[in-house]
Amino acid sequence: MDVLTLSRIQFAVTIAYHFLFVPLSLGLVLMLVIAQRRAYRSGTQEDDLAARFWLRLFSATFAIGVATGITMEFAFGANWAAYSRFVGDIFGAPLAAEGLFAFFLESTFIGVLLFGRERVSRRAYYVSAWMVFIGAHLSALWIIIANSWQQTPAGYIVQDGRAVLTDFFAAAFNPSTLPRFFHTVASTWAMGGFMVVAVAAYYLIRHEHVAFARQALRTGLTIALIMSFAMPLIGHWHAVQVAETQPVKIAAFEGLSATQTDAPMSIVGYIDTATGESKGIKIPGLLSLLVGFNTNTTVVGLDSVPRTDWPPLQATFQTYHLMVALGMLMILIALVGLYLERTGRIEGVRWFLKLLPFAPVLPMLAIQSGWAAAEIGRQPWIVTGELRTADAVSAVVPAGQVAATLAVFVILYTVLYIGWARVMFKTLRRGPVEIQASASDGAEPTSAA
Amino acid sequence: MSPAQIWFGLVAILLAGYAVLDGLDLGIGALYPFMARSETERESLRNAIGPLWDGNEVWLITGAGALFAAFPPVYATVFSGFYLAMMLVLFSLILRAVSLEFRAHDPAWSRVWDAAFFVGSALPALLFGVAVGAIMRGVPLTSSGEFAGSFLTLLDPYSLLIGVLGLVALIAHGASWAALKTDGALAERSRRVRSVAGLAFVVLAVLATVATALGAPDSWHNVVSRAGGLLFVGLLGAGVIWGRIGMRRHSDIMAFLGSALSVVSLVGIWAAGIFPALVPALGNSARSLTVSNSAASDTALRAMLVIAMIGVPLVLGYTVYLYHTFRGRESSAGY
Repeated sequence: MDVLTLSRIQFAVTIAYHFLFVPLSLGLVLMLVIAQRRAYRSGTQEDDLAARFWLRLFSATFAIGVATGITMEFAFGANWAAYSRFVGDIFGAPLAAEGLFAFFLESTFIGVLLFGRERVSRRAYYVSAWMVFIGAHLSALWIIIANSWQQTPAGYIVQDGRAVLTDFFAAAFNPSTLPRFFHTVASTWAMGGFMVVAVAAYYLIRHEHVAFARQALRTGLTIALIMSFAMPLIGHWHAVQVAETQPVKIAAFEGLSATQTDAPMSIVGYIDTATGESKGIKIPGLLSLLVGFNTNTTVVGLDSVPRTDWPPLQATFQTYHLMVALGMLMILIALVGLYLERTGRIEGVRWFLKLLPFAPVLPMLAIQSGWAAAEIGRQPWIVTGELRTADAVSAVVPAGQVAATLAVFVILYTVLYIGWARVMFKTLRRGPVEIQASASDGAEPTSAA
Repeated sequence: MSPAQIWFGLVAILLAGYAVLDGLDLGIGALYPFMARSETERESLRNAIGPLWDGNEVWLITGAGALFAAFPPVYATVFSGFYLAMMLVLFSLILRAVSLEFRAHDPAWSRVWDAAFFVGSALPALLFGVAVGAIMRGVPLTSSGEFAGSFLTLLDPYSLLIGVLGLVALIAHGASWAALKTDGALAERSRRVRSVAGLAFVVLAVLATVATALGAPDSWHNVVSRAGGLLFVGLLGAGVIWGRIGMRRHSDIMAFLGSALSVVSLVGIWAAGIFPALVPALGNSARSLTVSNSAASDTALRAMLVIAMIGVPLVLGYTVYLYHTFRGRESSAGY
């Protein structure tokens, strides 16, 4: 395989892996501040143990997210040097700002949360949880600014073969930044909500830590339901923006070969990759209606650009539709779950309860496939309309070195996954209880100073 | 000063901050299997950096981001040119980042994560110095500013010597931190390591001085002919002497601060040696990547300067808060 293919595989593997843990830690940090708030206000031991429990789950996930995030920063320069030369003027600033504004904030206050219980006041401890929450979300904002600029570049001119910044705010708040930020954050909160639901259901099935589990179940289902409903609304906002600024991508999402009014929306099916037309179940006129609130709205089709500028159609179409379908399923489960919980019947409906520990798979898959749709749908461009992915790869790196490091990534990441899963299950089995002398979960004072 | 020159200074400051802060973690990690003799002592060493290492590492992440933003061709050439070395650093940092967290919750796998912590600390401590040495000496570049060597280009005797110098400096630095943060037998052992590694550092620094004069003449000339270069050489000497006086007076804080000054001075000497280049080209200085031919646009540099003026005071505030909160010794006297 050539350097380009290997580099693309390496990037896809490492970013997909990183993006397993990032949404989970953003979701769990929401639960963390909720739990820390409860503990701060009530001061009871149960609330305190619950807050520490969520901290342990969060910190293990946060650690692997941090570790695998370093890979991405290295990858731009190492594997995509031509890209880095082209976009450095614009793309580097958000990465530096992410470090300054987000990573320092997160890392400082996660240190306080994990090691500082006996060293800071209760209020400072509680504020630290908020600082980690803010830091995590600022990090999401800056990296989405950078990624959105690849999708819908703005605030620049191309000079001497590289993009040159002309307007910082136009570049940072390019057309897709805000819809993508809110779309992403809402999906991660949904992820967190379903994760909390899964943990709570696990205990309820086993009749362990029942009081804790009941409270967590209600909190988790509420978050999951609100976010599952918010997703299609924010998703709609995002889709209208994509239709305006990246029409080829939405044409690939829907398998729309020809520019037309009364454009249909695909529900399920497949794309005939020869023509770009989707086959399967479609609702006539719905795409036009959603994009312009009128079935007479013209929606741009794949025929608007040469075939060489089409993204991989089948992958774009299917990942997008998988995301939508999973989103619908999330609404259904959250709705049924919260109804059963509110009416006090959920612990009696065992089959449903036993499904819930597997529920986080839905948002996880939806997030992965949604991100894949966004990035595959951007191809063949690495910066829409300006630089092709094929022209972005490092010129001096031999294919053998990319292949070798790819192999190391696969092995290393597998070990990391096992290590993380062991910590998560160990924490889960132990539950929200007092833990003896384990220094870094903040359970025990470790200092005599 | 042009915005590009200011950014050269800011990147150097971020890297110096990284060297002096994460340097103490890397040093402790490199000493970890050898200096701690019991699980209690191992725990003391881990706790000495537990709340701090993550923030320390962010200096590197931010420094690399700043390099990307301010000097894109330098970032591209160094990361793609030193591909395997960079990937080794990356794998190490990944292992180090998860090892402490996972170890705390998974005692059954403690040996796995202990090994990961050691390798993940010792390897970058060596490789950073090798990279510094290679750049100090100059690297082969094509006319378009791409790296023209191979992995073996990095492994010349000069770069390896600077690598060993860096490793020993960070071992001494880590031992100084351990002496400051632990107590009992472990602290006594740390003080001995600090003293021996400190002497080894002096010997290596003399060797490196001779080697630089012979093997990296351009950088040598820059250091000795510039006020900034001589200043940092003087500060390096002052740091070493200050540290030795601290050891003699049984002041662990003074010994540590002397070590910190030495580590910062090493980065300062490096910066003075290569300026105005960020990557000097070996044998053809016209090909060097410099502040003038590799900088981002003034618009970008100025926008980032605003970001830095807001962000840097915050970062200094967090760092002071964190080190202040976790001041004092970690007890290894059991609980």
